[in-house]
Amino acid sequence: MTGISLTINGETVEAEVEPRTLLIHFLRESQNIIGPHIGCETSHCGACTVDLDGKSVKACTIFAVQADGADVLTVEGLAEGAELHPLQQAFTDNHGLQCGYCTPGMLTRAYRLLLENPDPTDEEIRMGIAGNICRCTGYQSIVKAIREAADKINAGEGAD
Amino acid sequence: MSDAKEMTLEEREATLSGIGTARKRKEDARFIRGQGNYVDDIKLPGMLHGDFVRSQHAHALIKSIDASKALEVPGVLAVITAKDLEPLALHWMPTLAGDVAAVLADKKVHYQNQEIAFVVAVDRYAAADGVQEVVVEYEALPALIDPLTALDDDAPIIRDDVADNDEVGQGKRRHPNHIFEWEVGDAAATDAAFEAAEVTIAEDILYPRCHPSPIETCGCVASMDGVNGKLTVYGTFQAPHVIRTVVSLITGLAESSIRIVSPDIGGGFGNKVGAYPGYICAAAASIVTGHPVKWIESRIDNLSATAFARDYHMVGELAADKDGKITAIRAKVVADHGAFNTHAQPMKWPAGLFNIVTGSYDIPVGHVKVDGVYTNKAPGGVAYRCSFRVTEAAYLIERMIDVLAQKLDIDKAEIRKRNFVQPDQFPYNSCLGWEYDSGDYPTALEQALAAVDYEGLKKEQAEKREAGELMGIGISTFTEIVGAGPTRNCDIVGLGMFDSCEIRVHPTGSAIARLGTKATGQGHETTFAQIIATELGIPSDDIAIEEGDTDTAPYGLGTYGSRSTPVAGAAAARAARKIRDKAKKIAAHVLEVAEDDLEWEVDRFKVPGSDVQMTMKEIAMAAYSNVPDGMEHGLETVDYYDPPNFTYPFGAYICVVDIDRFTGDVAVRKFYALDDCGTRINPMVIDGQVHGGLAEAYGIALGQEIVYDDTGNVLGASLMDYFLPTAVETPEWETDFTVTPSPHHPIGAKGVGESPNVGGVPAFANAIVDAFAHHGVTHMRMPHTQWRVWQTLNELGLNK
Ligand code: FES
Ligand code: FES
Repeated sequence: MTGISLTINGETVEAEVEPRTLLIHFLRESQNIIGPHIGCETSHCGACTVDLDGKSVKACTIFAVQADGADVLTVEGLAEGAELHPLQQAFTDNHGLQCGYCTPGMLTRAYRLLLENPDPTDEEIRMGIAGNICRCTGYQSIVKAIREAADKINAGEGAD
Repeated sequence: MSDAKEMTLEEREATLSGIGTARKRKEDARFIRGQGNYVDDIKLPGMLHGDFVRSQHAHALIKSIDASKALEVPGVLAVITAKDLEPLALHWMPTLAGDVAAVLADKKVHYQNQEIAFVVAVDRYAAADGVQEVVVEYEALPALIDPLTALDDDAPIIRDDVADNDEVGQGKRRHPNHIFEWEVGDAAATDAAFEAAEVTIAEDILYPRCHPSPIETCGCVASMDGVNGKLTVYGTFQAPHVIRTVVSLITGLAESSIRIVSPDIGGGFGNKVGAYPGYICAAAASIVTGHPVKWIESRIDNLSATAFARDYHMVGELAADKDGKITAIRAKVVADHGAFNTHAQPMKWPAGLFNIVTGSYDIPVGHVKVDGVYTNKAPGGVAYRCSFRVTEAAYLIERMIDVLAQKLDIDKAEIRKRNFVQPDQFPYNSCLGWEYDSGDYPTALEQALAAVDYEGLKKEQAEKREAGELMGIGISTFTEIVGAGPTRNCDIVGLGMFDSCEIRVHPTGSAIARLGTKATGQGHETTFAQIIATELGIPSDDIAIEEGDTDTAPYGLGTYGSRSTPVAGAAAARAARKIRDKAKKIAAHVLEVAEDDLEWEVDRFKVPGSDVQMTMKEIAMAAYSNVPDGMEHGLETVDYYDPPNFTYPFGAYICVVDIDRFTGDVAVRKFYALDDCGTRINPMVIDGQVHGGLAEAYGIALGQEIVYDDTGNVLGASLMDYFLPTAVETPEWETDFTVTPSPHHPIGAKGVGESPNVGGVPAFANAIVDAFAHHGVTHMRMPHTQWRVWQTLNELGLNK
């Protein structure tokens, strides 16, 4: 067991973990952060995407011990209280989700994408979410939702 | 007596968000916050984890299983094998198709990654450690991989357990590897029509083995309550009630002692219809250990062991006159069902509804024969956004009509028009036995051709061909058959394929409805409420929808094959109407008028031309306080709907591709999809269903295949190799619609979920072949990967 200390959605967490424990299992099993999902455990699907020190990271790809000292944001940390993040609002307004299983990873990735590139073209959005597979939506409504959220954020509506 | 006098009729209607409105989805609130409740999110006190030891071989005898080392692994509590399940008679399970399937391999393995032992441990890491330490000794046997050799005299016999049976649940068979033979149509008349034909075509058309691969894999948590003897299983079940019945039949537990719960499901597409060894083993392990046991499938397990789709080896033939009018159709199919027949077709239809293969065309005579065979591959043949072999049929006819067009040098849109069933022919009886309910195919195609400027595209294509460039235009004018189904010809393990809805209206005018289906992303919580809202005059927002808990929901056959709207949606409308009938009696009693004097208006009963009226909300309260003499209190009912017929959605899809002649890269420039699903309940949700189904069709047509080598190794059962399209490859979709209501459905709805998969695959394939048509190419094998397309370019010398 190894001791780690990290910030998850703004809260400091101290924990003992096995060195082999993947970050996704640490979050889901011991921290009850169940927003990020598991679709493959082989770094392909993006369902487990979290934001780690300002980068999108597939949480099935790194060990919990590698997140020692890190600042982790998951879908649970996107909304400010009852106020949805503009991306969350845009996803529901534009039917950017169906089964919802890819959604937390998709939202978390889109959150970082818009910080990296606040005014992306549709093509840049598609490239930007290429690591996140959605089996339900055919992507078009997701692209539209991210576009709309970007516009709203740029117009100063909503947080971030 | 009204609280909303100031509202206009239109405003009152708008308040309902009923049928036809693009109502935002109710289920989104939890999903966008990461607060869905999927099976892997479920944690119960003392819960253990199970994982499988799987076969390395495709075909081998098991000489021994040694679990002693595994039991020494810290955290491992038990290793369960077929021997342990045998005393409980749980080592084999009946399949939905009348066959049996091994729960854990019993003396023999039949396909690679078949389940051999179930390791139970305190967490998933310990379970995986235990799996590593179980030693299985095999004696390898020759594997049978090519279904076309399955019935050879010297073929290896796969199923020793049934080798001597002259049937395995679906009629007489003629070889130990044979599962069924099924034929329909008039063979003699078809032969005669081919003899007499001015022109005939034949094409060998394979619909390869692919996999639905929802982004959430299968899994469950089984919990046996030793005190009251109740088994609860939470899991990824598209058909929870059927699962309960099957579990009851397998375990001998009374159905009242079994509770099946489908929590949120991360996509199904057919993958989650069946009963898998993981469910049985988790339940058995919970009974044995007294703890809840969770089993979650890995992606590799999912792709290599559960519910593949297709693997249909088809030879299609058309006879026609010189003008391209089809005079007969013939199809011979070998269906590879893998090692156990675990498909989920209605019992009387071992090849599903494949005889919809006449498509949208008026074909006088036809004959179809399908042979199902065993191979040393994963069992299934279940589904992939199309449960009942409709996508195979649509692919075959839509490909063949193109082949015929090319042979006769007739335009591919024109030849379709010449063969369409005409609007005045409905209800139309096809030569292969279906009664199509309604349709207007010429209007749909004309609208599609105009929308894409077909003439302009043809002109551009001709110029490109002159210049040596490859551009293809693919048309698909498909007809679907969904909404299984009429119980007179549809059952699963003897259960009629009805579905159900129970509605309770509460005293203050809100309501709850429970249905026998289970959404896997389709948005039932949103759309079923819309149906009831329109029928009952209660706002959708005040109607809670529940599905998936067998302790509370009425019995239903579940969600697959686009049956939720045609069957459960109809039950919802009919249940609401029963409630409205009672409401009318109550209103007449309270208002002291004759029932016949009352008319329904959006959300109330009213005496026309007067102020005498009572809203549904007011009636709801009266139902609990002031009912006529002799009437029971309350406002609730249940409806079990047995559809009189299937529904027949249709569409006209057009796909335009540009192919790089040096690299084989296929760029989809345009994809236009016109769907007619009858009455449209929620246009936003319909568009979403179409987008998603088209993305799946794109994946199937351009890249998906589960490939086996000669010895039965499954090649590429991870997402590294199995193609799930990302946002980058996935094309833009243009959607459109016509509305031809179903005459026999209470609200005229037909269902739409499957259509884009069924119609989309041939549209992509036809576009790609069309790009090569001027070089004499009539067919190319799916999937059209860049490598395959390049090979065609290379063979034709077009890449020089
Ligand atoms: S679970 Fe991490 S990428 Fe799929
Ligand atoms: S919404 Fe189901 S996978 Fe994206």
